[in-house]
This record gives sequence, C-alpha cells and structure tokens, in this order.
Amino acid sequence: MSLKKRRKKLGEERLQRIIDLCMSIEERGLDPFIVDVDDVIAVVREYFPDWELPEEFCLDAEAIHQLASIIKLQSDWVKHRSTSLYADPFLLEEKIRRAGKEEFANIFLKAWHPIVELEQISHHSLAEAIKYWQSLLPLSERWMKFVSLKTEAGTATREELIQQRILAEKIFSEELEGFWEELKQNVGEEDKVLYWDFVGADTYSETLRRAYMTSFLVTYGYATLEVHRLEEEMFLKPFEKPKSLVGEEQLVSIPVSVSVEEWVKWKEGKRG
Amino acid sequence: MKRKSYYARKIKRAVHLLFYRHHKKPGVKGWELKKRLGADYPKVLNILDNFLEKLDLHIKTVFEGEKPAEKPTLEELNRARFYVTLRGELTPKETKLCGWRIDDIAGLAMSISYIISKKGRAPREEVEELLRSKLPGWRVDINMNRYVRSGYLAEDENKQLYIDWRTRAEVDQNVLVDLLLEAES
Repeated sequence: MSLKKRRKKLGEERLQRIIDLCMSIEERGLDPFIVDVDDVIAVVREYFPDWELPEEFCLDAEAIHQLASIIKLQSDWVKHRSTSLYADPFLLEEKIRRAGKEEFANIFLKAWHPIVELEQISHHSLAEAIKYWQSLLPLSERWMKFVSLKTEAGTATREELIQQRILAEKIFSEELEGFWEELKQNVGEEDKVLYWDFVGADTYSETLRRAYMTSFLVTYGYATLEVHRLEEEMFLKPFEKPKSLVGEEQLVSIPVSVSVEEWVKWKEGKRG
Repeated sequence: MKRKSYYARKIKRAVHLLFYRHHKKPGVKGWELKKRLGADYPKVLNILDNFLEKLDLHIKTVFEGEKPAEKPTLEELNRARFYVTLRGELTPKETKLCGWRIDDIAGLAMSISYIISKKGRAPREEVEELLRSKLPGWRVDINMNRYVRSGYLAEDENKQLYIDWRTRAEVDQNVLVDLLLEAES
C-alpha cells in the first residue's frame, strides 16, 4: 500500500472515531466537554488536503457537522450554568431526598402563586341548555327505543346479504370498469356524450347513483369533462386507456348540481 | 377625562378576558389581547396590574421560550400568555380549601424540583420511585396523573416527564430551588 493510501485510510479512521464519539455524547447525554474542539479541528484540517473523492468529502463534512452539535451542547451547558436556576444537581437531589413532607410543602407554598380562573355560564350557553333540556325525552321513553328484539341466530346466503345491501354485488373497481365500458358505447361520432344524457335515468335515485359513479370515472382518469360555458353544456369524453392526471397538470374540481329540479327538467326535455 | 374613561373601559374588558376562561387552558395570548384591547394593551395590563396589587393578585406573563433578558418587544409579548395569579402566598390551611392535601403539594414540589435538578427532564419511573419513599404507593400513580392532567407536568411517549405550562405560570422555580437549598434538613 502506498504511503498516500495509508495516510488516507488513517485519516478516515480518525474522522470516523470523532463522529462516533460526538454521536455517543449526544445520544447518551454525556459531558460535552470531553471533546476537545481544537484537537478535532486540527485533525480535520490535517487530513483535508488529502481528500479527493466525494465520499471522503462527505466524511469530512459529517465530522464538522457532529462537532457543531457538540459545540451547541457545550453552549447550552454554559448557558444553563449561568442562569440563576442552576444548582448543583447532586446537592439538590440530596435535599429533595432528605426534606420532610411538611417542610417540602411549606417551601413550595412560598414559591407557588396559583392561577385565578373562573368557569362561567353565558346567556347563550344557558339558552342552548334550556333548548336541549326541553327537547330531551324522559329516560323511560328513550330507553324503550333501545330494547333489542330477541332473534334467533340463523344463516344468510350471499344473495340475501346483497339484497339487504350489506355486501356489494360487484367490487367497486369492477363496477367502475363496467360503467366506463357503458360510457364508451354511448358516445357518438364525436367521441363524447352530453353529461345529462349519460347520467340521467328513469328514477332520481338511479340518476344519483350514475352521477356518483361518473364522478369517480373523471377523478380516476377514465374520462374527462368538457365544459362549454357559453352554451351551458357539459360533455363526458371517455379515454381509451385510464390516464393518471396527478402531477401532470393542475387538477380542478367542477361542482355539478344533480338536483330533483335538474332531473325533472332533463326528463321533460327528453320527452319533448 | 375622556382618556380616563378610555382606559377604564379597556381595563374592564381586560378583566373579563383574563379572569374568565375562554379556551381549554386558562389565560390569554398577547395577540388576543391586542385584537380585543388594541395595540396599547401592555399599558392597559400595567394599569390593571397596579390595581390588582391591592387585591394580592398579579398579572403573570409567561413567554414562549426563555424570559427575555431585557425589556420584551411587542412581538415577544404578542406570543406570550397572560394569567392572573396570586401575588402573595397561600397558607397551608388555605390550600385545603383549594382541594390540595399536604401530600399532594409535597409530591408536586418533589416532582418539580427533581425535574429541575435533572435539567428539565426525568424518567417518570425515577420520579415515582422518589415519591414512593415519602408517600403511600397507591397515591403515587394517582397524584402523578393529576399533576400531568392539570398541566404541571408533561409526559412524552418515552415516559419522560417535563415541566409543563402550569408550572411555568404558577411556580417561581428560582425561589423554589433557592429555598430548597437553604432548607436545614
């Protein structure tokens, strides 16, 4: 091994030792004055001209960083010692262990100035409380509602659970994909369809369900909304493949009102 | 005359803000006082404090970090929290009226002093061990939880205890340490 290489290796080892020492002092709360800052700086300075590779410079920077942490600990220690709060911890601990209960309480009372505070009720909270009290049913009536009916334990089939809406017929992603296919089939030559023509259904509840699913189609990148503000028209355009729009462009939320009035208007327009 | 009534009105408003609890914690933040009383709220508080002195009460300012060495700036005051505290001392008989037994007070004093001696942080286990030497074991856990709940001590996820907001507002830590060191025992 050449002399230069051997010197570099030695320098790396010394810097690593400095880093380990600083870290253990910080982690274990040891006396920060164990580290002689001048000595460490001399070592860092001695080997600095030898460093050539990025890793070597990183090690050098890490040593300086750890040394800075130690200097901060030393500074905190000096600051604490200089405050009037500082007392020899061993002496203080000894006093705490030796002082009697009453003596301790009496000492504390000389240094204790409790906060004066009042908890109050305002006109507003009083009025709210009265309103609540008036609408509160008697316990006998309230408890009646919680009397559970005793039922025999039994079995239920998957179909029954679907019927009772405890289980979904399809998993959501499957349902969404199906809905996407339906949208693709509904678009005309222009590859788009009027929002209401796609979402609207014979019943209002079905219309709401379709509007809900459509919102996921747009959010998840299966389709997009084309809004013509002047004509007050809105089109749905399906994509051939789902697009991930996050991060590519600024996403905007478009609120669409699917009220009963809108639905009735659409139905009448369809009939006419 | 106009000036007098201006401050009288502001002092009344300050009393309402300081004496009645508005948030989860008692006390009012400086910026809140500034919003309600105007930019000259330090002057209003000063006049109120002089008045409260006759009633043995005091407006205590607790700064966000350490207490500034010089006159605090308006910025520091805005970030500080203001409380009304007792100016003088409570007698042991009076503490009973506040719902504190001598054991509870001694336990609190021991815990705070021990944490101070450990530079502001001590494991709960160590503090409890210390309390167990003077108090019945079954009271130690109850008391410790009470100190934490009331805001005298704070506990982190590593079960380390710290001095919390109520101790900073109510306890003159310098006086406590000095008196303890002067104690004859």
